[in-house]
Amino acid sequence: MSRRLAPQPGEWIDRNRPVTFRFEGRPYSGFAGDTITSALWAAGVRVLGRSFKYHRPRGLYGLDGSDSNAMFETRDVVNIRGDRAPIEEGMDLRAVNTFGGVERDRLRIMNRFGRFTPVGFYYKAFHRPRSLFPFFENQIRRVAGLGTVNSGKALRHTPKDYAFCDVLVIGAGPAGLAAALAAADAGARVLLVDESPRLGGSLTWHGNLDDSRDRLADALRRVEAHQRIQTRTATCVAGLYADGWAALIDRLRLTKLRARAVIVATGVFEQPAVFPHNDLPGVMFAGAAQRLIHHYAVLPAERPVIDTRPEGDSPAAALLKREGINLLAGRFIARARPAGGLAGIRGVELCRVDERGLPRIEQRAEQLACDAVVMSVGWTPNDTLLRMVGTRMEYSAEREQFLPVELPGGVFAAGKVNGLVGLEDRWADGLHAGQAAASALGFGAAPGGSRPAPAGPAINHPYPVSDPDEGKNFVDLDEDLQVKDFRNAIQEGFNSPELLKRYSTVGMGPSQGKHANLMALRVLAKERGEPLAGKQITTARPFSTPVALGHLAGRIFTPYRHTPAHAFHTERGARMMFAGTWLRPEYYEVVGKTREACIQEEALHVRGAVGLIDVGTLGKMELGGPDAVRFLERIYTGRFDNLKVGASRYGVACDESGVVIDDGVVARLGPDRFYVSTTTSGADAIYREWQRWALCWGLKVILNNATAHWGAMNLAGPRARQVLQPLVDISLAAADFPYMGVRECRLDGVPARVLRVGFVGELGYEIHVPAGHALGVWNRLMEAGRAADVRPFGVEAQRLLRLEKGHIIVSQDTDGLTQPFEAGLGWAVKMDKPFFIGQRSLKIHQRRPLKRTLVGFQTDEARPRTMPRENHLIIEGKEMIGRVTSIAYSPTLKRTIGLAYLPPSMTAPDTRFTIRADGGELVPAQVCRIPFYDPAGERQRMTTPEEDAR
Amino acid sequence: MKLLRCPINGLRPIQEFYYGGEYRPMPDPDASTDAQWADYVFNRDGAPGVRLEWWYHLASGVWFLAEHDTARDVFLRTFLFEELGQG
Repeated sequence: MSRRLAPQPGEWIDRNRPVTFRFEGRPYSGFAGDTITSALWAAGVRVLGRSFKYHRPRGLYGLDGSDSNAMFETRDVVNIRGDRAPIEEGMDLRAVNTFGGVERDRLRIMNRFGRFTPVGFYYKAFHRPRSLFPFFENQIRRVAGLGTVNSGKALRHTPKDYAFCDVLVIGAGPAGLAAALAAADAGARVLLVDESPRLGGSLTWHGNLDDSRDRLADALRRVEAHQRIQTRTATCVAGLYADGWAALIDRLRLTKLRARAVIVATGVFEQPAVFPHNDLPGVMFAGAAQRLIHHYAVLPAERPVIDTRPEGDSPAAALLKREGINLLAGRFIARARPAGGLAGIRGVELCRVDERGLPRIEQRAEQLACDAVVMSVGWTPNDTLLRMVGTRMEYSAEREQFLPVELPGGVFAAGKVNGLVGLEDRWADGLHAGQAAASALGFGAAPGGSRPAPAGPAINHPYPVSDPDEGKNFVDLDEDLQVKDFRNAIQEGFNSPELLKRYSTVGMGPSQGKHANLMALRVLAKERGEPLAGKQITTARPFSTPVALGHLAGRIFTPYRHTPAHAFHTERGARMMFAGTWLRPEYYEVVGKTREACIQEEALHVRGAVGLIDVGTLGKMELGGPDAVRFLERIYTGRFDNLKVGASRYGVACDESGVVIDDGVVARLGPDRFYVSTTTSGADAIYREWQRWALCWGLKVILNNATAHWGAMNLAGPRARQVLQPLVDISLAAADFPYMGVRECRLDGVPARVLRVGFVGELGYEIHVPAGHALGVWNRLMEAGRAADVRPFGVEAQRLLRLEKGHIIVSQDTDGLTQPFEAGLGWAVKMDKPFFIGQRSLKIHQRRPLKRTLVGFQTDEARPRTMPRENHLIIEGKEMIGRVTSIAYSPTLKRTIGLAYLPPSMTAPDTRFTIRADGGELVPAQVCRIPFYDPAGERQRMTTPEEDAR
Repeated sequence: MKLLRCPINGLRPIQEFYYGGEYRPMPDPDASTDAQWADYVFNRDGAPGVRLEWWYHLASGVWFLAEHDTARDVFLRTFLFEELGQG
């Protein structure tokens, strides 16, 4: 049976464009402009969904998308808000949250169990025995939640865009229209946003439309013609953040908007009357009834009653009376009488009210037969966005509502959200806010005169609640919460708004308490015998409206860096790995060989011949200025004032608590000129903190983060000198360029900085060249080293080689608590210096016994069946006494070696301990001296054969 | 998303900045007791209110100080370290 009315002036539907769709398997039709809810209601469908907990039938309620009654899904999209979503040709809809369809939902039986499932039931019932909780959790999760995600659906991209304006006006009702026009007239660029598909807000459905039609038409004409006003309809401001940042959501996209000022003209949300069966289909807000009539030309019900304030002169009442509806005055609904199957209501039982309008349910009045109740008992400001940005709202006992009392800078409120009722007041308030926002940005003059203040009788019922012993009266329809649920929670001690919310879950459903938070607060105040004034609604957080996760999903943006020699690595079959944000060769793959074999061969080749590794990812700092030495002395634990020009020295840096945070090599290029390497991942933070220390200490030092300016490679192995010497214009003879020396030279004509280092324990040259030349120099070395059989090696081989030398890697062999004395770095800490960062803390450490010590170890078996891995624990009895930080099989030493933290009492060589490896396997091991390989360091100091002969 | 005014680069989105903690001058290490030093190193005052903070503009490498009302999350003033004590 169609409930479509004769054409209404200004209706939103296009009767020339019928649209057919399906709901729960049956065909329906509506018109273009209909929402899913309006089209179904027009077709006489009353049960649109099932409630969350009791699976009670639910129908049209608010018709503005703010409730969770009318939520639908298609095969591909879940949780479609039927009040807002337009019908589309061929749509195939189901109600969410049913088991077997909206009419014959198998879980409707939950309604009978209400008394056994009070608030807090799940917390209390399913916790013991603990072992069964996973089972219960699984059952509860199957029943809870709304909608079913089709994980096989086609991928849909959800674009994001960015927008900017001077003044964002949220809500295009009379206050919003006036504000937009006033701000734009003053010279500001205005964006006017409304969630409805058309501008006008309540001017399109509320009050005497004959009187306001001309004003609306005129305002719309001016807005459309205004060069500085842009409009976005069917767009919701889902989040408002600091400094005018707003998240705008429409059907297709998320817009990240930056506004210099924001005017919130979001109006009000209607509030429910609470009486038994106030949730069933047919019980709806007056606003919903009016929108049904004026927007969609649909008759709300055949025989509704309207439940309103005693004064009973609301425009809604007048309008609905015209449709032949009873008006209640001096009476309140004690309870509704449900129709069969709870599919609607068939009448109401009335009671008398006292002088404040509060229902006296014991004073029965007449009964009325009806098929709907139109509720009009009060409003609350739609202040979610205002509160999200920190607006202070306070309850006015006089107006029986919350009102904004303090707004953050750049945020303005206008219209009903300020508690204004009359159209002239709201319009004037909008003009005032528009001028105020514009003038705050330097456009036009500040508004003259004062803002209109709320006047006339309060329009909000203080406690529209009928709470008899029998029957479910709902406060929160999302969560199926009744008055008694709140009473129970309060009795159990959850007696503040925030506690009450957590325990009862009020306001946690899709509507986020738009119709429930105020009522929950009223119940709380009444139960505690306290006034509402001074109480606060729970914190508002984004989003104000449910937002599909797709709008939030984005492409993962992971920037990464290539070294200049990247092209070589990929061509040579390198398996790349991340080192911080850099991509580095882990090892070079050889067809037919395992990863481990490749790594070990690379390492052996460095020991036996010569290898080349890309170390371009190292942090590279250039320091200059008269205080450069003084600065380094304060940054690093070691001494640098006695470092000679042309020499370099290992440096350890601590934080103020004495924890090792970085290490590197400090090379002195000139009296006041230093070139310093830092760890790969630490470079940016080190540079940042160095800048800060330089400021704090007032030192004359110039810092340059040259990490990306220089490419770097380490040529290492007994044949390194033979490969490099022909390419450089300096002598590499040990006497001319000793271990830990640094030279500036030309390498094949390219300016280069060469450091003689020994990280991998062989004769080695770390060659730094300008990044643009690095690939060329790399290839030149590979070519010049062909006779010497130079081969590239990766990070894994380097890690193995340095482990053989017992060299630590900061952040692998140290953690967030490691101080240098524990890590065997005491030799690099000069406590007699006047000052370095961390020195004062290390003085305290020095007076205390060590808690752990980093030691070398080897496993009993050369290759344990279960190879322990980094971070595996060292176990004694049932105690964890230590941790492995590095471990690998050394092909050179033909045994498995590693570094581990052990108690200081266990650091003597040959001390035995047990590592707990994967699967609980216990691997025996013993402490060894480090370095494991070439303990005297002869190889890295290596002289040429001729020099050996001398 | 908040905006922050870098004294050199002007008003920029906050994700361009790194927060460097509250501005807390280092006490004289030699004149401090162990307890005083440990208090400086480890303890932070999280009470809401106006405080001086270090901020760093990542893109340009500028350290500066900001007066931040953490109760209201409002930046009252930003200025270069060199201007500290100049009002």
